Amino acid sequence: MSSLYEQLGGEAAINAAVDVFYRKMLADDRVAPFFDTVDMDRQRAKQVGFLTMVTGGPNSYSGQDMRAGHKHLLEKGLNDTHVDIVIEHLGATLKELGVGDEQIQQVAALANSVRDDVLSR
Amino acid sequence: MPTICYGDVSVTLNESETVLEALIRAGINTPHSCRVGACHSCLVRAVSGSPPPASQKGLKASLVQKGYFLACTAQLEADLVVGPAAADDVSVSGRILTVESLSKTVFLVRVQLNGSFEFKAGQFINLVRSDGLVRSYSVASLPNGQGQIELHVREIPGGRMSGWLCRGEALGASIEVRGPAGDCFYLGYADENLLLVGAGTGLAPLLGISRDAIRAGHQGRLVVYHGGLDERGLYLTDELRRLDDTHDFLTYEPCVLRGDAKPGLHVGPIDQIVLDQHSELADWRIYLCGDPDLVLGLRKKLYLAGANLSRIHADAFLSAPS
Repeated sequence: MSSLYEQLGGEAAINAAVDVFYRKMLADDRVAPFFDTVDMDRQRAKQVGFLTMVTGGPNSYSGQDMRAGHKHLLEKGLNDTHVDIVIEHLGATLKELGVGDEQIQQVAALANSVRDDVLSR
Repeated sequence: MPTICYGDVSVTLNESETVLEALIRAGINTPHSCRVGACHSCLVRAVSGSPPPASQKGLKASLVQKGYFLACTAQLEADLVVGPAAADDVSVSGRILTVESLSKTVFLVRVQLNGSFEFKAGQFINLVRSDGLVRSYSVASLPNGQGQIELHVREIPGGRMSGWLCRGEALGASIEVRGPAGDCFYLGYADENLLLVGAGTGLAPLLGISRDAIRAGHQGRLVVYHGGLDERGLYLTDELRRLDDTHDFLTYEPCVLRGDAKPGLHVGPIDQIVLDQHSELADWRIYLCGDPDLVLGLRKKLYLAGANLSRIHADAFLSAPS
């Protein structure tokens, strides 16, 4: 069975989805402060990596990367609530793109599986 | 921790220390200004060893090939032998030719270059004074056969470089010009719609881009928003109105934060004015220049309003830390 990444249309589709997703995050005051607007290009690229991973596309993320990448945000107060919000925006993004509920559940489960790494537990 | 060798000095880096910080700690005089990888004044060269790729971001391919990197953004994982930038690679000598007042606080500084210097109007250069003081300015003029460049310099209270330039002491003085750098320049896509927004001397690169678009026979729209606190904060208004009158594709939109509304003048926050006037942004190429709060804030707002991030060129004018 092909991955959701392939079903959505691969790299090009993720590139379109990322703008929907990243805009939702930047527009949400609950999580926007974690995004440093000085380097938006780099941040957008990271969201591409995240969406690729949670849709089962080719990625090379390790738990170690997740820990290192979010360590500085823990000091700013990153916690479970923020991870919930990210998963919520992820679901809403996929819904807008016409992805079915069952697959959204799968993606959410994948995103949830890195929660402990993101929060360094 | 890794060690850097510079001439006969060797320094071992402290935890999370950058190459620039280590060089300064070791007493090695390295030109620098912004310390965040924007101004390119701390350009140094890896004589042997590989500099971290992150410290070569935004450099010309020819410089990357020669091992150049930005000392202020370089954190090392391995030892490196570092040397100063070779003058021929990165700079040209020149002298301050003329200084003219454009407004009460903004001056047009013309520099005569002594050799060939490739740049695009709108990019920025670093002026390096004989005592090593360095500041970045955007080029408002097109490359011309006489080897002159035009800069807009705002006189900053207590500013060492701007005071020297704007009060006329600098006239005739020798200066080193390094660069160019930055991606705020006309790309040559004649059909694109271009949205140019800047405040203060952020007008310099926008004027450079406009002049280049005119030279190239631009076909799409080009709209320049220039903002000031009040009307005294605007300058070159006659020149810009003349460009607006003589080129159908070009529109000049002066904006002031405070003042009385009148035809041809917007009153209000410039970011709000731009967002009100432009709702369809996906196909526009956008240039934002000037104060970092305005530039970074507006980039985010324009992106949220539908602009394509890869088509937003932002040049935040960082002040030198005092």
